[in-house]
Parts: sequence; structure tokens; C-alpha cells
Amino acid sequence: MWRILKRILSRLCRLQLIDLTMSGTIVLESLQKVKQSESIGLVETRYFTFAAPPDELILDSGEKLPVTLAYETYGRINARRTNAILILHALSGDAHAAGFHDGDGKPGWWDEMIGPGKAFDTDTYFVICSNVLGGCKGSTGPSSINPGTNRPYGLDFPTITIKDMVNAQRRLIDHLGIEKLLCVVGGSMGGMQALQWVASYPERVRSVIPIATTLKHSPQQIAFNEVGRQAIMADPDWKGGNYYGGALAAKGLAVARMIGHITYMSDVSMSEKFGRRFHNGKRNSKFEAEFEVEGYLHYHGDNFVRRFDANSYLYITKALDYFDLSNGKTLFEVFKGIKAKFLIIAFKSDWLYPTYQSKEILKICKLTGIEATYCEINSTYGHDAFLLEIEEETHLVKHFLKKVFNGYAVVEDYGI
Amino acid sequence: MGYDSIKLEYRIILDWIEGESSVLDLGCHEGELLSLIIREKNARVHGIEIDEQAIYKCVALGLSVSHQDIDNGLSEYGDATFDYVILNQSLQQVRKPGVVLNESLRVGKEVIIGFPNFAHYHTRYQIFFRGKTPITPSLPYEWYETPNLHFLSISDFVEYCQKRDIKIKRTAFLNGIGIVRILPNLFAQTGIFLISK
Repeated sequence: MWRILKRILSRLCRLQLIDLTMSGTIVLESLQKVKQSESIGLVETRYFTFAAPPDELILDSGEKLPVTLAYETYGRINARRTNAILILHALSGDAHAAGFHDGDGKPGWWDEMIGPGKAFDTDTYFVICSNVLGGCKGSTGPSSINPGTNRPYGLDFPTITIKDMVNAQRRLIDHLGIEKLLCVVGGSMGGMQALQWVASYPERVRSVIPIATTLKHSPQQIAFNEVGRQAIMADPDWKGGNYYGGALAAKGLAVARMIGHITYMSDVSMSEKFGRRFHNGKRNSKFEAEFEVEGYLHYHGDNFVRRFDANSYLYITKALDYFDLSNGKTLFEVFKGIKAKFLIIAFKSDWLYPTYQSKEILKICKLTGIEATYCEINSTYGHDAFLLEIEEETHLVKHFLKKVFNGYAVVEDYGI
Repeated sequence: MGYDSIKLEYRIILDWIEGESSVLDLGCHEGELLSLIIREKNARVHGIEIDEQAIYKCVALGLSVSHQDIDNGLSEYGDATFDYVILNQSLQQVRKPGVVLNESLRVGKEVIIGFPNFAHYHTRYQIFFRGKTPITPSLPYEWYETPNLHFLSISDFVEYCQKRDIKIKRTAFLNGIGIVRILPNLFAQTGIFLISK
């Protein structure tokens, strides 16, 4: 609230020098933001099953798979079917991006960005989000029943890639009768899917918003994932992936998640959030969680076990590590001919997906003549920023989408 | 907003730009000039700007911009990618003006440069008679808060171009009121040049 007020004041001061009518509209915009906590309300997850034998989805690995995708939609498709936006989730996300499920007090994972009057304005746009292939929130993954054995796949589940996730989503988009998406957008792994979308189906995407992401996973990113996988596989309850029906590989998955959370934050955000404070106000002994930061990691680790499948974690992190958009070609070849507009967003304190990786996306856009906007948001939240810097992201996304949707070169009324 | 109310500096730059061309604005600030170029010239434009708040303004105008330092944002472009590269009031603020100028002349077929003239008589007066770092309408900052890293005069820039065989194709010299036609190095607050290799 204080930040918003401060911003209104500073904008007023700056804009009075230039144009009074314009500052008026910006104040209105900011005020709208204050009461914009409006949600789209109750939503439901739906399921799309396709690729039944013998027409299974053919994966990057050459293996075949029947597929169900869990998905949600918000807003309405317009008559010309030109207002569809595909939201792509990160490693631990799901199809429930916005609104509330019946009886659940917690909204979807990007609720602050999706809804009436929000960045992805459901009064104007038709928003789709699906759980990725390999996931464990309703889409086919290693915890799904293998029709061949009537038991969960476990490690019989084929290796999947970001490209496979996108190919499955394309079938969903076909099913929804959408020829061309107004925008594909996501942070982190969602950003990789967005990039893969425009690389695989350039003629079906009008704009791309890759946030805090990369053209290829770096050795450091692979290394962190490998430590997570090793933690899971070292858990005796993991049992080579055949733990379904018995005890879950809880400890291993929790440790993997703890490592993840460390990489999602920054030195500054950890200091601000926890300092050196003790969890219960005093020192314990014998290596229980003492510091607040330890308590936080334990809490999130344990919580994660309840909502995520350890094998899915293995498969999806591997898909991340395999990700290299160039895939044997040159980046120039991949990007040449793309007509979609790009809005690339990065965060200064993100050390898991450092800004240089986003600048590489910008660079290849510039080299191939793609219209791209790049913004590096001065955030201290680290990689988590893409879920937290709502005000800045909303401003960028809203104006960018408006421009792409209406197809104009520049807004008409700019008070100079 | 009518044509007449456009800043004289912008009007000159607009007049030099051909319609339907491609333009890269280095240090595009809040995008005023770029928006005008799109509207008046129907050009394909891109801006590079280091200030985050200015980037938000540009995006609100619908402009395509890169939040980058122009000292190292040009290597990504091929030779002669743009018809024009604009360095309006930004050359004096970069760390290595020589490098940025060379790069601009490489990626742009022509380069438009506007800068405050350090040899204007006001600045000369303030240095000579008052013994103080000059503060003028075109150089409005105290020494301790100026974003300007380099100070050059119109004569300095002409000499720079001559020494490097850079062609000066057009010039315009301005003071606070209008065009300066005599002794620009003494009477102009701003020099604008259209140059090419």
C-alpha cells in the first residue's frame, strides 16, 4: 500500500512537468490496482485425454504415450478466437493458476496476475493453463496408471523433454479450437516452454513473454538439479521409483525441495526474511531446526512432499536439464522467420537464472530482427521474483499485451 | 498535440529522417522522440535505455525497448542494421564515447548526434569570470550530480569527425530560442549532426 502511494506521488511530481492529463490517468490506474484484489472466483480443473493407442503421442525419445492433460481456463474466448493466452507453469506448478477451487482458501499460483483487471485481464483475454506432461497434478506422469500393466508407471515412464510438454499442449490448443495464441508466457521452466512453443510452432504464436528463464540449462543449473535427484534416490523409501502404495520417498523429496528453495531466494531476501533469528526464539540443541531459515526450509520441504510426486520431480528436472532450444541447430536458424513479438523479463538478484541468460534471448532476437522488449527488474527476491514482483510485471505485461492484441505501433495519446 | 509544440530539437531530427525507415535510439529516455518518429515517419524503431523507470514509460507508450547499457548493447547488431542510429543527449554520458560512436556508425547507415555545446558563451563566462563549473540550460547539473562524463564543444566534435574521415552531412545549432546561424561554437547551446562513414 505504502509503495503504491509513494509511486503515485512520485509519478505525479514527475508528470506535472510534462502533462497533467496524463498523470491523471496514471493515478487512476494505480488506484485501480489498489482495489484490484478481485478474483475470478470459483474455477474447476478439466481433463483432456488424447493420443489413445494406436495414435499415441510420439515423444522426443521416440517412445509413444497416451496422454491426459489437466487444464483450467479463465475468461471467454472471443468470436474470432484471437484472445487466447497460454500460461506455462514452472517446475512445481500446476494447471490451477488462478481463482479458487471449491472449499479451498488458497488461490491459484499466479492469481495476482490473472483475473478481471489484472495483467492477464480475464475481461479481455481467454487464459489457459495446463499441468505439464510428466507432472503429478492430473496430467500423465510417472504416478499415472500404465495401461499396459494397470500399475503406476514409476521408472517405466518414458523420458520427457520440454518439447514433449509443448507438443502435448499443442494438442490441447487444437482441441480448444485455437488456431493462433495471442501469447505464450511463463517464468522459469514456464519460460522455456514459451520459447519452445515459438520455436516449434512459430506460426501459431503472436507474442512470447519469457520470464527469468534461459535458452539452455547451464552446468550450474544442472548441478543443483542433480543434487536434488540424488537426495530423492538416496532415500530408502524411494525403492527404485516403485514406492506407490507404500511409504513415500518423503525425506529425499523434502531435501530436494529445500535445495530448490535456497536457489530461488537471494542472499538479501534471506537476510531480510530470516536474519539470524531463532525459530522458537531460543537455541535448541542436537541439530533440530533452530534458525528461522531452517524452519522455513523444513516447512516447505515437508509441505512439498504432501503435494508432489518424487518421480515427477526426477523426470521434470531432467527435462529442464535436457533443455537446449538450439537442439543441434544454430540459434539463428531457430529464431529466423519468427514473427512473434517478445517481452523478456529478468530480475537483477536472480542467480539461478541470471540476467545474462535473458540477455542472450534478447541478443538472438536482435540478430534475427525480432521485435523484442527487455526489462531487468531491480528486485531483491532472487528467482522467486517472478511470482512476487507483481506491480512491475503487471505494468509491462498489460501494455505489451494491449499493443499486440490491438496491433498498433504506438499508443495515440502520449503527452509530450 | 500539434507539430508546432514539438521541441525544436526533435523537429530537426524528425525532418532529417526519411519515412518508413528503421531507427535505433541510444538512450531513448522515456520514448518521446521515438513515439514521434513512429507517428510522423511510420518508422520501425527500437530504443535502448538504462533507467528502469524510463523503460516502464516506454512500454506504456507501446515502444519496443531494451533495458541495457549502451556502452555494451550494440555488438549484437549486424553492420548497417538501421537506417539511423540516434544519440540525442546521450553521447556525453557514456563511458567510452569513441567506442559508442564507432559502433553506431557500424550498425547505422547514418548517425544523428545531439549534445550540449561546452563552448557556449555562458559556460565560457562562468568558467572565466566566476571560476566555476558552468551551469546552463543545456548543462543544468552541479558538478557533483551531473550524469555527463564528457564535455565537448561543437568545434571538438567537428575536429573529431575530420580526423577520422567521418562525413558530416547535416548540422543544426540551437540556443534556447531558435536556430543559431553565426559562430555556433560561441552561440549555440546544442549541436545536432547527421554523420556517416
